[in-house]
Amino acid sequence: MSRKKRYHKIISYCLLTAVAVIMLYPLVWMLFASFKGNEEIFRASLLPETWTLDGYRNGWKGSGQYTYATFFKNTFLMVLPMVIFTVLSASFVAFGFARFKFWGKKFFFALMMGCMMLPNAVMIIPRYIMFRNMGWLDTYLPFIVPCVFGGGSFFIFMFIQFFRGVPRELDESAYVDGCSSIMVYFRIVMPLAKPAVFSAMIFQFMWSWNDFFGPLLYINNVSKYPLALGLRMSMDVNMSISWNNIIAMALVSIIPLVVLFFCAQKYFVEGVAATGIKG
Amino acid sequence: MKKKMKRNKGLFFILPWIIGLLWFQMYPFVMSLYYSFTNYTMLKEPKLVGLTNYVRLLTSDMEFWPSMKVTAIYALVVVPCKLAFALIIAMLLNKNVKGIGMFRTLYYLPSILGGSIAIAVVWKILFMRDGAVNHLLSGLGIGPRDWLGSPNTALGTICILSVWQFGSSMVLFLAALKQVPASLYEAAIIDGANRFQCFFKITLPMITSILFFNLIMQMINALQEFTSAFVITGGGPMKSTYVLGMKLYTDAFKYYKMGYASALSWIMFLIIICLSMLVFKSSSAWVYYEDGGEF
Repeated sequence: MSRKKRYHKIISYCLLTAVAVIMLYPLVWMLFASFKGNEEIFRASLLPETWTLDGYRNGWKGSGQYTYATFFKNTFLMVLPMVIFTVLSASFVAFGFARFKFWGKKFFFALMMGCMMLPNAVMIIPRYIMFRNMGWLDTYLPFIVPCVFGGGSFFIFMFIQFFRGVPRELDESAYVDGCSSIMVYFRIVMPLAKPAVFSAMIFQFMWSWNDFFGPLLYINNVSKYPLALGLRMSMDVNMSISWNNIIAMALVSIIPLVVLFFCAQKYFVEGVAATGIKG
Repeated sequence: MKKKMKRNKGLFFILPWIIGLLWFQMYPFVMSLYYSFTNYTMLKEPKLVGLTNYVRLLTSDMEFWPSMKVTAIYALVVVPCKLAFALIIAMLLNKNVKGIGMFRTLYYLPSILGGSIAIAVVWKILFMRDGAVNHLLSGLGIGPRDWLGSPNTALGTICILSVWQFGSSMVLFLAALKQVPASLYEAAIIDGANRFQCFFKITLPMITSILFFNLIMQMINALQEFTSAFVITGGGPMKSTYVLGMKLYTDAFKYYKMGYASALSWIMFLIIICLSMLVFKSSSAWVYYEDGGEF
């Protein structure tokens, strides 16, 4: 290796490391701050002088009436059906797009891609009024039912891209053996689409876990609060009194995401790369 | 007969999506246009008022133009910074460095967590008057600032939170960079091209389609920003972070001016469409598709 090249490499490493340190600092700070006592939060040192679990113990109590156990339970009640229905319905629709010729296919496909760019802001108000009139406020139906019907253009497109890579000969031979198209979908295509299924699950899990605006509009009853709203409530109720509780609970609320990310990062990266879409 | 069966089958599979499209997208879309011409407030039945909402927004609403300005600044800072960061880091990572997987993971992590309320809360605490950021900066000799309390810096703080999440764009760029054939660079170097020429004549043209896609998506997101402004600053101080998303939320769900807020949402929609069209139209001049642009 030439001297110049090595020199360049060292600079690259230094830059990459420096950026990584700056980027991760907030997260590292959060981790250590969660073990600090409240009076220590605003001190300069990164590490706590006295390690304590007070933040976790007191923070978990939530509003008093409802603990974070409720918020966690609610989040899972909301997120898991969304994940399951999204995967099923998006792959189902994608199978139709990827494998059949039908009337208006080009038009529908263009429409679907166009919907990806349709800004949410323009549909929020009528959706809210519609869900209110149907009596869906304070339930998770406004989140789950749209996932049953297609689950969003992003996921449909992701599955279409993946199905295109699954050889059609497999379908053909299954049809020859007398399979119906639904059986082909369940028995042939879906088992081969596992990476896409994982990617879709992970992305939908992450997005709905982080969603704040939806719950803010549709969920008013504290007993139904998911974590996002629970955290904000803790912040409003505490008002600069016990930051350590809030930091501890903020950390607890993102643990499932972090665990998921490190277990399944392969699928994150592949999912992004396959569709070419943001995360 | 068999052909017709097959035709129906395709439609059968996409039927759930069609229902969802009509129910959760087309119907709300059309209704919001209708509401925007009414004085609907949820208390009384909507009554058509023509263009009144639009006229009032554009001419006599004291919040609208400042809010437009804030949103424009936010988008103009966040979108280019995010893309530039993502591209620079992706190019560094593309140099066959060891530990690329680890770096990629670390850089991507903020994109996973950044949208959550948890990070917004931490951001707020970090940038408080005696928060960690001021402690770090005082180590560098920069005096403490009231980042969130001053109208000059509050928006910047929120921009940083968004730029911090450049990881997902970076992963996309990285995938695109891997597609650029090494033979192009080899040929260019033999012809005596330097680094900058390589970047502007090879790298950049080869990844324009991803750049284009990122640009559109980031733009659409930035113009609709809501959560971080709502949680971190609440739109303040002195409305310096009162983005259009905040105004929409406040008008619609605090004051229940549904008709008025719908008009605002349509103005946002039209801005987004116009900008997207502009980018699309200009794309033929700068986006290079290897396969001739077939989707």
